Amino acid sequence: MTLPRAETTHLHRLEAESIHIIREVAAECERPVMLYSIGKDSAVMLHLAMKAFFPAKPPFPLLHVDTTWKFREMIAFRDERVRELRLELLVHTNADGVASGVGPFSHGSAVHTDVMKTQALKQALDKWHFDAALGGARRDEEKSRAKERIFSFRTAQHRWDPRRQRPELWRLYNTRVHPGESMRVFPLSNWTELDVWRYIDQEKIPVVPLYFAKERPVVERDGALIMVDDERMPLASGEQAKLRRVRFRTLGCYPLTGAVESDAETVPDVIAEMLRTRTSERQGRVIDHDSAASMEKKKQEGYF
Amino acid sequence: MARADTLPAKPSSLLRFITCGSVDDGKSTLIGRLLYDCKGIFDDQLAALERDSKTSGTQAGAIDLALLTDGLAAEREQGITIDVAYRYFATEKRAFIVADTPGHEQYTRNMITGASTADLAVILIDARKGVLVQTRRHTYLVSLMGIRKVVLAVNKMDLVDYSQATFDQINNDYTAFAAQIGLEVVAIPLSSLKGDNVTACSERMPWYQGPALLAYLETVDIAVSGQSAPFRLCVQWVSRPDQNFRGFAGFVSSGEIRPGDRVRALPSGRESQVARIVTYDGDLAHAAAGESVTLTLTHEIDIGRGDVIAAADRPPMVADQFNTTVMWMSDADLLPGRPYLLKIGARTVSATVTAIKHKVNVNTLNHSAAKTLALNEIGVANIQVAHPIPFDAFSENKETGSFILIDRMSNDTVGAGLIQFALRRSQNVHWQAVEVNKPARSALKNQKACVLWFTGLSGAGKSTIANAVEKQLLALGRHTYLLDGDNVRHGLNRDLGFTDADRVENIRRVAEVAKLMTDAGLIVLVSFISPFRAERELARALFEPGEFLEIFIDVPLAEAEKRDPKGLYQRARRGEIANFTGISSAYEVPEAPDLRIDTTRGTAVDAADAILAKLRELELLTADF
Repeated sequence: MTLPRAETTHLHRLEAESIHIIREVAAECERPVMLYSIGKDSAVMLHLAMKAFFPAKPPFPLLHVDTTWKFREMIAFRDERVRELRLELLVHTNADGVASGVGPFSHGSAVHTDVMKTQALKQALDKWHFDAALGGARRDEEKSRAKERIFSFRTAQHRWDPRRQRPELWRLYNTRVHPGESMRVFPLSNWTELDVWRYIDQEKIPVVPLYFAKERPVVERDGALIMVDDERMPLASGEQAKLRRVRFRTLGCYPLTGAVESDAETVPDVIAEMLRTRTSERQGRVIDHDSAASMEKKKQEGYF
Repeated sequence: MARADTLPAKPSSLLRFITCGSVDDGKSTLIGRLLYDCKGIFDDQLAALERDSKTSGTQAGAIDLALLTDGLAAEREQGITIDVAYRYFATEKRAFIVADTPGHEQYTRNMITGASTADLAVILIDARKGVLVQTRRHTYLVSLMGIRKVVLAVNKMDLVDYSQATFDQINNDYTAFAAQIGLEVVAIPLSSLKGDNVTACSERMPWYQGPALLAYLETVDIAVSGQSAPFRLCVQWVSRPDQNFRGFAGFVSSGEIRPGDRVRALPSGRESQVARIVTYDGDLAHAAAGESVTLTLTHEIDIGRGDVIAAADRPPMVADQFNTTVMWMSDADLLPGRPYLLKIGARTVSATVTAIKHKVNVNTLNHSAAKTLALNEIGVANIQVAHPIPFDAFSENKETGSFILIDRMSNDTVGAGLIQFALRRSQNVHWQAVEVNKPARSALKNQKACVLWFTGLSGAGKSTIANAVEKQLLALGRHTYLLDGDNVRHGLNRDLGFTDADRVENIRRVAEVAKLMTDAGLIVLVSFISPFRAERELARALFEPGEFLEIFIDVPLAEAEKRDPKGLYQRARRGEIANFTGISSAYEVPEAPDLRIDTTRGTAVDAADAILAKLRELELLTADF
C-alpha cells in the first residue's frame, strides 16, 4: 500500500473530475446533448461519457454540426465510431447557408464560420430544444477560455456574457436556467493538449488518422499548408498540390486548417513532438487570427 | 526524427494552487516565468503578448506579463481583472493548475472561488513592503477555505540587495501570525523578474539553503484531499440499464471502500453492504477519494440522487439547522428570511438564513453586528433547510461540509458557505399534534380558510379594496380578518424599518400570522406592498395549494403619484423618505397573479365584486363537507 496508487495520478484525477461533470449534466439538465466535433478532444470526451454511465450508454445523443467542409476522413471516422458504439448521432447543417452557397473560399473564413458553425449550432440547439450542450473546449487553448466556467451560462439568444458568469466553487455546479436559456458545459476545462494526448495513449482511444504524419497533397496559402481534400479547392492556373509529409494538430474545415510538417506516425511520436514544439495548436487555425480577441467576440455571438 | 522510443516520464501527480497578491507584488511576472520556463506558454502566444503589450500594455511597450493573465478584451480595455483565470503547466514530476485571482478586497469573491479547489496557496509579498494588510487578508481567506499549506514568496529580493536580514524579518513577522491560525508555512526569497529561486536556485542568495519555488511545488507532500476521512459518496446518478442492474454512480468525496464493506445511506439511515465497485475498465477491489465510480449493494434499498452513501460505522450527521460561515458573492445583499436554494453534494434544498450572528472584517478579523451581508462580506449565520440533509463539519470534510446558495429568481450563485455544526434546537423543537384542525374550524364557519394577498404600490388602493371585500364577506356571514401593512407596523412589526432586509422580515412575520389565522379557519386579507417576488413566493409556500390567492392591485406609478393619498410620494421625491417603493426601492411586478385588478378602470366596489366572483368560482365560500 506504499506505492503511489494509480488512482491518485494526474490523469486519473482529471478523468474523475470530467466524469463527475458529465454525470451532473445528465442528472440536472432536462435535454442535454454532447457536441461531437470528431477531433481528439471530442474523442476523449466521448470516451469519458462511455465511462461515466457504464454499464449503461450515455443518456444523451451526440450532435455534429456539419459545415460540409470537413475533411472526408473525419466524416468516415465519425460514422464508423457511432456505428461501433451504437450511439444516437444527430447531424445538422445550416440549410440557408448551403442554399446561399456560403463557403470559406467564396465568403472568407469569418462569414463561413459564423454562418456554417455558429448560426448552425444555434439552429440545432433551438431545433431540438437542448438546454445543455457538452463541448470539448479546454481552458489552455486560448486566453478568453482561461476564464470561462465549466458550466458556462448562455442567454436565450445563446450569448455569453463574461459579467454574468456564475462563481464556481468546489465541485458544486449551478445548472439552473430559465426556459430558453442554456448551458455550455466543458468537462475537459482543466485538461491541456498534452494531457489529452497522454490520455489517448493510456486509454488507446481511436482518433482520426489525419493527426498522424503521412504524405498528403498540400498547397501553401498565407504561410499555412492547406490540404487539397476535394475538387472545391481553387488552384491558381498551373498551381499543383505538392505531396508533403504532414499531419494536423487540430481538425476543422479543411480549407481553414493548416498542416504541420512532421514524421510523427503514432501517438507516442505525437507526444514526443509536442514536448519539443514551441507553438500552440491554435496557430494552425485560420479563424483565430481574424481579429484581436476574436474568440471572445465569437463566443459572445454564440460560438462554442 | 520524431520517433518516440523513450518518452520523458509523465507527471505522476497533480497540484492545484492559488496565487495571492496584486500585480504590484509581481504576481503576473511570477506566473509568467513559471509558465514560460515550463513551456506553459508557446512562442505564438508570446508573440501575441508582444503585440498586445505595444497596444495596451502598461510597461511602455516592453512585454507586459500582466496581459497574459488578463484574458478578456473587456478586462484589457478597462485595465481591470474580472475573474479567476486558470493556468496550466507541467514538469516531469508533477502537473500544476494555477488559480490566478486578483488580490484586492473587492475581489474577495474571486479569491474564495480560486481557493475552493486549491491544495496550497502561494502568498506574494513585496520584500520592500513586508507583511501588509492584504497579506493578512489573503492568509485569512485561504485558511478559512481549508488550505493548510502556504508558500510565502518574498518577491523583489533584487530590490533589497538580496538582504538576508530583510527576508528574516518578514519571515518572522509572518510566521508568528500564520502559526496562530494553524498554517504550515515555507518562506522562499525570490525575484520573479530576475529569475532568482523561481525555477532555478539563485547564486545571489547563498545564505538561503532551501529549495527554489518550483522544486518545492514539485515535491511538497499533498495527500489527495479527504483520503484519511471516513468513506463518503454523494449519489449523482442511479444507473438502471436493465432490470438486473441498479448502480449508484458518484464521486468518492473521502475515504475508501471495498466490496463487502458495510455502508449506510443518508438521510434514510438504511444499511447495506457493497457488492461491486463497477467501472468501464472492470470491477475494482478498492476505490478511494478522488475517483468516480458506480457502487452496487447487496440489498435493494431505496437510494436516490443527492443521498450520501457512507461508512456504516462513521456516518455523517443529518440535520436541518446549521451554524455556518457564509461568503456573499452577489451585488444584491443577502436577505435573512428570504428562501434561497442550497446545493450541497448532489442535493439541492430550499434554505433560509434565519439569523446573522456577526460579520467578519477580512482585514482586521474583528467581528461586528450585521443584518445583511453585502458583496464580498463574510459572516457567521444560522441556516435552516426545508428537509434534513446529511453533512459533515467543513473542518472534517470539505466535500460534504460546503455548499453554495442560489437565488431562486435570477438563478445566480449568490453565496458560498461552510458548515460548522448543526444547531441542537432542530432536534429539540417538536410539533405538538392537535386534534381540532383547520378543516373542522373552517367547516363550522361554512367557508374554506384562505388568504387573499393584496400586493401593489403605495397608493394603488390595496387597503380600500381589501376593506370593501371584507365588508361584502361580512354581509355574507363569513369570518374574516384584515391584516393591513400600516397597522401591523404599529405593533408586531414596529421594530422594523424599510431596508430590504427589514422588508423581507416584515413579510415573513405577516405571512406566519396569516398562516395561524387560516389555521383558525378564517378568510385572511393581507394588504401589504410586499414588493419582492421572492417573499410573495415564500408566503405562498406556507399555504396549501389553492389556499393562497395573490391579488395584484395594478396602478401605473405616475397614477399612484398623482393620487398620493398620504403625501408620501412627494416626500420621497424630495428625498425625505429613504427606500420608498417605486421611487428608491424596487417593486417587482407579479408574473402570474391569481387575479389582477386594473385600478385605472372602475371603483373599489367594482374591484371587490370581481374578487368575490373569483372566490365563488374557486368555491372558497362554501364549506367542504
